[in-house]
Amino acid sequence: MGGIIDVIDLTVAYDRQPAVHHVSGSFARGSLTAVVGPNGAGKSTLIKTIVGLMNPSTGRVERHGLGRRAIAYLPQQAEIDRSFPINVADTVALGLWNEIGLWGSIKPKGWKRIADALAHVGLEGFGHHPIAALSAGQFQRVLFARLLLQDSAVILLDEPFAAIDERTTADLLAIIHHWHEEGRTVIAVLHDMEQVRQHFPQTLLMARELIGWGATSQVLTDEALRRARAIAQGWTNNHNHATGHAA
Amino acid sequence: MSIYATLIAPFADYGFMRRALVACLALALGSGPIGTFLVLRRMSLMGDAMSHAILPGAAIGFLVAGLSLWAMSAGGLIVGLAVALLAGLVSRATSLREDASLAGFYLISLALGVLIVSTRGSNVDLLHVLFGSILSVDDQALMLVAAISTLSLVVLAIIYRPLVVECFDPGFLRAAAGGGSLYHIIFLVLVVLNLVAGFQALGTLMAVGLMMLPAAAARFWASAVWSLAALSSLIAFVSGWVGLLVSYNFNLPSGPAIILTAGAFYSFSIILGRHGSLRNRYFPGAHFHN
Repeated sequence: MGGIIDVIDLTVAYDRQPAVHHVSGSFARGSLTAVVGPNGAGKSTLIKTIVGLMNPSTGRVERHGLGRRAIAYLPQQAEIDRSFPINVADTVALGLWNEIGLWGSIKPKGWKRIADALAHVGLEGFGHHPIAALSAGQFQRVLFARLLLQDSAVILLDEPFAAIDERTTADLLAIIHHWHEEGRTVIAVLHDMEQVRQHFPQTLLMARELIGWGATSQVLTDEALRRARAIAQGWTNNHNHATGHAA
Repeated sequence: MSIYATLIAPFADYGFMRRALVACLALALGSGPIGTFLVLRRMSLMGDAMSHAILPGAAIGFLVAGLSLWAMSAGGLIVGLAVALLAGLVSRATSLREDASLAGFYLISLALGVLIVSTRGSNVDLLHVLFGSILSVDDQALMLVAAISTLSLVVLAIIYRPLVVECFDPGFLRAAAGGGSLYHIIFLVLVVLNLVAGFQALGTLMAVGLMMLPAAAARFWASAVWSLAALSSLIAFVSGWVGLLVSYNFNLPSGPAIILTAGAFYSFSIILGRHGSLRNRYFPGAHFHN
């Protein structure tokens, strides 16, 4: 496989229950891919394993020597403490981590880049606001500004538009398109199929196992979506029967 | 009675009061930032659990060497760390969550500690271990407390940035820098060290009070991590100072007097604090009209 990131017979399990089951495939360099599937399909788990936050049970992710610097990751908002006492500029400044590390200070040029990134996401002059005062949409803009500073070749987004207003979604989609034009590889977990069809050329459809991976129009067929739903229905039934050995 | 006579004279006149005050200052410098991070990491009860876990270690040290500062501190440190790590391991290896496994371990070690002290020592010894006595802090204990505070501040300065990010956005830290659990473990070691320092002065049960109450109170006033830590230290020190004076003037035990003073700061902050207090919630009009 010759992608920028290859997934090779990947299985990732929580407590012996596989969340990702024997998935194989390849993200082409510069591709823009939506990862879709029913709730509990293992989409976030796949993303986290690619980033290196979770370990495969079997199989592996081949990153072809891409270091931490080359991969930027947007966690789900729920995984971030939005009541934390930190302001917008300091949050965006984390995007400079690769340059400043544990102890480095931010030079005036760095602060300029932070201000520019904030302007780019439509939050000019918000630097001193505490993040606790922001709406979900504004906070997502802050996290995108941080991604801008990270300047990575591969960008993984875990549900970037969950609970985000329409206007923000449109603005952030424009940024994603811009990344795509710059030749970066973007992988995003999404729910809105219409949005995927409109904006994402590639799609990975999964329900723990891989159902389809390729051009969006070929992957998101009614038949494939029905199959994904049917598999997900199976988990729910198993759960209801409480066999305890669903896997 | 002049201000000098009330606020300064007891410390000028008596060496034990001076040492107690210096001990409070040293404790406050270490406990302020540590407590702040415990609050920010939603680990407030963790500090409490750890303080109980230190008891059997101190008790074993006491059995081996009597009321020896070093033996009791080393014992407390070893057992405290062991409980923290065991609880972490159990929660990763089994389906039990970390708070539950920690509760399990600390209750066992607390019972074990009380058992050890009571079978071999007297009630007075037990009281000393449980409630400490800041008024009997000697130079050696003072050096220990000061050394732990110094170490804590230096280590916190070194790991400050990743520690903050790990509280706020752990996924980002692990993806961008790695080593998330390393900082967690270093932090746990600092928590146990500071509790060991505190238990010399305040006892195992109250050491955590000087850590958590000022930090919780500061959350109602400060809005950045560094200012939270600084304010926590300040509140902890003033609590120590006022608590010692109350204890001296009214002949009350010093540990509870100090913790209750910190409790007064906490209550005051809940009601009148600048951010998220009752006053803010129920009388917001007083702040937002332009």
